[in-house]
Amino acid sequence: MQRLTQRAALGAFLTALPAMAMAQDEAAATIGDTINDIFAASTGWFVALIFANVPGTGVPWIVGWLVIAAAVFSLYFGFIQFRAFKHSIQLVKGDYSDPNDAGEVSHFQALATALSGTVGLGNIAGVAVAVSIGGAGATFWMILAGLLGMATKFTECTLGVKYRNEYPDGSVSGGPMYYLDKGFKERGLPLGKFMAVMFAIFCVLGAMGGGNMFQANQAHAAISGVVGDYPGWITGVILAAVVFAVIIGGLKSIAQVTEKVVPFMGVLYVLSALVIIAMNLDMVGEAFREIFAGAFTGLGVTGGIIGALIQGFRRAAFSNEAGIGSAAIAHSAVRTKEPITEGFVSLLEPFIDTVVICTMTSLVIIITGQLMVNPETGLYILNDSGGIATVGDTSGVALTAAAFSSVFGWFGYVLAVAVFLFAFSTMISWSYYGLKAWTYLFGEGKGKELVFKLLFCFFVIVGAASSLGAVLDFSDAALFAMGVVNIIGLYFLMPVVKRELASYQARLKSGEIKKFK
Amino acid sequence: MTTPPIVVAYDGSGAGERAVTLAQSFAQSSGAALVVAHVLEWSPYSFLTKEEIEERHKRRKEEMTRAEDVLVSPVVAKLQAAGLTVSSDIRFGHVAETLVDIAKARNASQIVIGRIGSSGLGARLFGSVTGTLAQIATVPVTIVP
Repeated sequence: MQRLTQRAALGAFLTALPAMAMAQDEAAATIGDTINDIFAASTGWFVALIFANVPGTGVPWIVGWLVIAAAVFSLYFGFIQFRAFKHSIQLVKGDYSDPNDAGEVSHFQALATALSGTVGLGNIAGVAVAVSIGGAGATFWMILAGLLGMATKFTECTLGVKYRNEYPDGSVSGGPMYYLDKGFKERGLPLGKFMAVMFAIFCVLGAMGGGNMFQANQAHAAISGVVGDYPGWITGVILAAVVFAVIIGGLKSIAQVTEKVVPFMGVLYVLSALVIIAMNLDMVGEAFREIFAGAFTGLGVTGGIIGALIQGFRRAAFSNEAGIGSAAIAHSAVRTKEPITEGFVSLLEPFIDTVVICTMTSLVIIITGQLMVNPETGLYILNDSGGIATVGDTSGVALTAAAFSSVFGWFGYVLAVAVFLFAFSTMISWSYYGLKAWTYLFGEGKGKELVFKLLFCFFVIVGAASSLGAVLDFSDAALFAMGVVNIIGLYFLMPVVKRELASYQARLKSGEIKKFK
Repeated sequence: MTTPPIVVAYDGSGAGERAVTLAQSFAQSSGAALVVAHVLEWSPYSFLTKEEIEERHKRRKEEMTRAEDVLVSPVVAKLQAAGLTVSSDIRFGHVAETLVDIAKARNASQIVIGRIGSSGLGARLFGSVTGTLAQIATVPVTIVP
């Protein structure tokens, strides 16, 4: 499927090449449209399969799949996300870190790095998409999905560390493909290897989709929102060149600078949102009323309550990646004596990502009155495409920009920089996840890795040149396909996590695991 | 009762050499043992890329081995040749805080450290290791210019 897309897109690119000689605008339109058409045509069936509705309802089965899993893990582990919240924070603060292990990766560093992979466009653009289709009520469902998703992350990250491969040189490789493979074997279950391979294939696709094309696409949208419209492939080529320099050229300094700047951008974003909320404190009550009313009545959005719910759940899953399996890859690289401590640390990610940051975006959009409401009925005014009409007729990242800029005129520029950096850091993270899956499939080796990296750069250009709809659908579909395989594995392996949890809690109680601070 | 040891901070620089020389004369006159301490600057709150995290354990071992072989061992050997009782302590962490920890762990009578002597803007803004050590140490500190 991926090869098909690639060949088709490459074909589109080659046939479009002569057009580049024509007038700039015409050329851009030709390339963009051709890529887009072929892209939509070749990925449509996959998207349709993943987002098929449960028969007789309007609910895509995949959304139910993720949320039911999160609810099951929450119940199975006795709402570990609330019980272990304080302990997780103590771990991140280093209260339980042995000073003799100084110089190894700390829990804080593991959390910060995993977050820089998930905090990104999902929080800025994804939330805007959710509220512009599902209304304010989508926020409620998003927060709920975020809270439940904490238990899913806890489960997958514990397993990621427990079943990772450690090599003689001290490096490690882990993630769903390893726990599906080794964990199933250990428990005497069949098909572990098969599922591991399926996961790895979907992970490569997800890396190209949500981890790459969606990011490139929205980075272009953010920049053209500031400097005016221009062809997407130009952004694509520039971004691809930078990604190329980092992942192939070995220009690590760019990645390191990004990793260091992104957390500050995240903090700046949240602070700006807080300032806007504080300036409109009187509106906060009304905003929450709108969120609750929307969550349980829909306030006239397409699909009613279910429409709001689907948007909220979908965006939460896309943003915090709980159940997708990517975090399990990230956390398994951390050296720790207790696999479960990475589980505890990782459960903070959906909280920070979705419950805090996504909610900020959503509140700012609602408070600044971007969603148009009919004053007589109190319901949203819908536009031609079935979404909610917005003040500037914007959606995606442009809607978030409009909301922030309505208070701080200059914020559009900051947001453009933030979006570009977030997109870039997410792309670098996903190139890592994708590569791990790729090497699981094809083995390690310079040549094999280069093929993946070149493909990755190519898809940056495709993503930037495509329109949002087709890219967004494919991105979600590929990511969620990872979740399908991963969560089946989690159901079978969750007793392993329960044993780890019981053992850890017993030793914590007996004082065998002691506090150093 | 044996004389408590003296911790000498050694980083391979000229200042480190001067500190070792002074500590050697202290040890020779008092009969105290010497602890050659080397701290590799490390913060648990810095940001790492995914590759850095993956390679961290390997790098840590390499850094440790390098510090041991290239910096500390030759000094320890030289001091032992002079007839002193010498041990070493190599750790990761905040330099001044870790030196204090080492002194505590060894029940040391004092810490000897060399001063680079930078009086520039950097030192004014961020403080210096010796300055911080003088502030937070729990045992007497000798600063060698």
